[in-house]
Amino acid sequence: MAVKIHVEGLSAWYGAKKAIQDIGMDFAEHEVTAIIGPSGCGKSTLIRCLNRMHETIPKARAEGKVLLDGEDIYELPAVTVRRQIGMVFQKANPFPTMSIYDNVAAGLRLNGERNRSKLDAGVLKSLKAAALWDEVKDSLDKGGAGLSGGQQQRLCIARALAVEPEVLLMDEPCSALDPIATAKIEDLIFDLKKGYTVVIVTHNMQQAARVADKTAFLYLGKLVEFKNTRDLFERPDQELTEKYITGRFG
Amino acid sequence: MRLRFPFTLPPFRFDRATRRLWKDLFMSVAALVCVAIALMPLVSILFEAGARGLQSIQPGLFLFDTRDGGIGNSIQGTLILVALSSGVALPVGILTGVYLAEFGKGRVGTGVRFFVDVMTQIPSIVVGIFAYSLILTLAFSGLVGTRLVFSTVTGVIALATIMIPFVARTSEEALRLVPISTREAALALGIPRHRTILRVVLPSSASGLITGALLGVARVAGETAPLLVTALGSLYGFSGLDQPIESLPHTIYTFGLSPSTAENQAAWGASLVLVLIMLTISIVSRVIVRLRSVSE
Repeated sequence: MAVKIHVEGLSAWYGAKKAIQDIGMDFAEHEVTAIIGPSGCGKSTLIRCLNRMHETIPKARAEGKVLLDGEDIYELPAVTVRRQIGMVFQKANPFPTMSIYDNVAAGLRLNGERNRSKLDAGVLKSLKAAALWDEVKDSLDKGGAGLSGGQQQRLCIARALAVEPEVLLMDEPCSALDPIATAKIEDLIFDLKKGYTVVIVTHNMQQAARVADKTAFLYLGKLVEFKNTRDLFERPDQELTEKYITGRFG
Repeated sequence: MRLRFPFTLPPFRFDRATRRLWKDLFMSVAALVCVAIALMPLVSILFEAGARGLQSIQPGLFLFDTRDGGIGNSIQGTLILVALSSGVALPVGILTGVYLAEFGKGRVGTGVRFFVDVMTQIPSIVVGIFAYSLILTLAFSGLVGTRLVFSTVTGVIALATIMIPFVARTSEEALRLVPISTREAALALGIPRHRTILRVVLPSSASGLITGALLGVARVAGETAPLLVTALGSLYGFSGLDQPIESLPHTIYTFGLSPSTAENQAAWGASLVLVLIMLTISIVSRVIVRLRSVSE
């Protein structure tokens, strides 16, 4: 598989506190990569460095290389990077004052698209891709905040897909959802990898085992182990990984 | 056992449980009395202004200028002063609020916030004197005509100076209520920061911004002291930005102190009109907040 994102010597700080240290790994195209690890191990920080969202936090900074298709994203304008590498957050965060349609169209509109039929097409395509179209097609003008938690999260996925990114980062997208909504999102992730490269942070090891092709285990800001999901769960090389996946700490 | 105030008195025993009931009764009565005391001036103002003001409400009150005992020019003047002050103060105030909420994290932001806070505490007469002496200094140095010292422009400077810090702080509070996750959602779509603020954050806090703006308007609409030394007051309608201008609070002041009973009567009418303007503004701001929160 071709490498989509290449990470090399990546470290990140919040003020003086170092959150991740010297991470090096490759994310393969059209694969789902899961990042697991105990709370506070730097999972979120790591993926936020991949689309330069880390630097939006005051006093946060990152060092090292992140190459998207061979190009260093820290040399490109941040807005360009974020359009190519979309993100879905832990808590569904639809724009509170916008309708469902406007939420999905927001990325296109605020990046300058005015053509109504192009917007319509983009909204339709994204809602279908996020498996939400059938549920909301008759209420596109209703507020996005009125949907259920799982629907809101799929709305956020649709919104992220609308700007046609190549990579989709998901920061614990199911942690606030019930098992049925979680299953829907997991099915969706499985479909999405045909068109996108997906990186998902999760504290749920079963979820990583279910959706991911490769899994990385992070501990105290360091990459402990990174390989095929099945191998990682069945034959971990490191004792630390073994202890974590068997539930002896974390 | 729950005390049903005020219909049942607890029994005259003093074991622990009954003592609590007595304490509860005592505190409830005390709270009610305090509420009554707090409401008394408000109710009496509304009642007096309503009862006496209504008597003087007649077409002539609005048709005539203060020269002839009416308040037509006062209403016009107040509307002009408030509109012009808002035109200056709302953009400056809201943008200051945006700066404080979105960018003012460091030492500069803390400093600006401190000064804005101090500015909201300055007595309005001091602000009036400031506007007066500002224009006076400019007039002495020949930059503006001396006529401008007592004029609409000076009044607007004073009122806008009062309004800016107020609007800045309420805007900042309104913008801070927009969760960080909303900003992150927009930034993660590759939307530039300025557009995130203008098209996502500001609309999300629109109800708070509008409420702050309207309360700012209500605040300056009732100001008298700074206008005494700036806009001065006039017996006629608006006659130019460099001319003195009448306003409702000033009419109330002059008519109220006037020896003429007819003018005293008209002062009550002016009071009622001013109270109604304030009431309308505050009701409108509440309706806006309610409408927007329902649609979400």
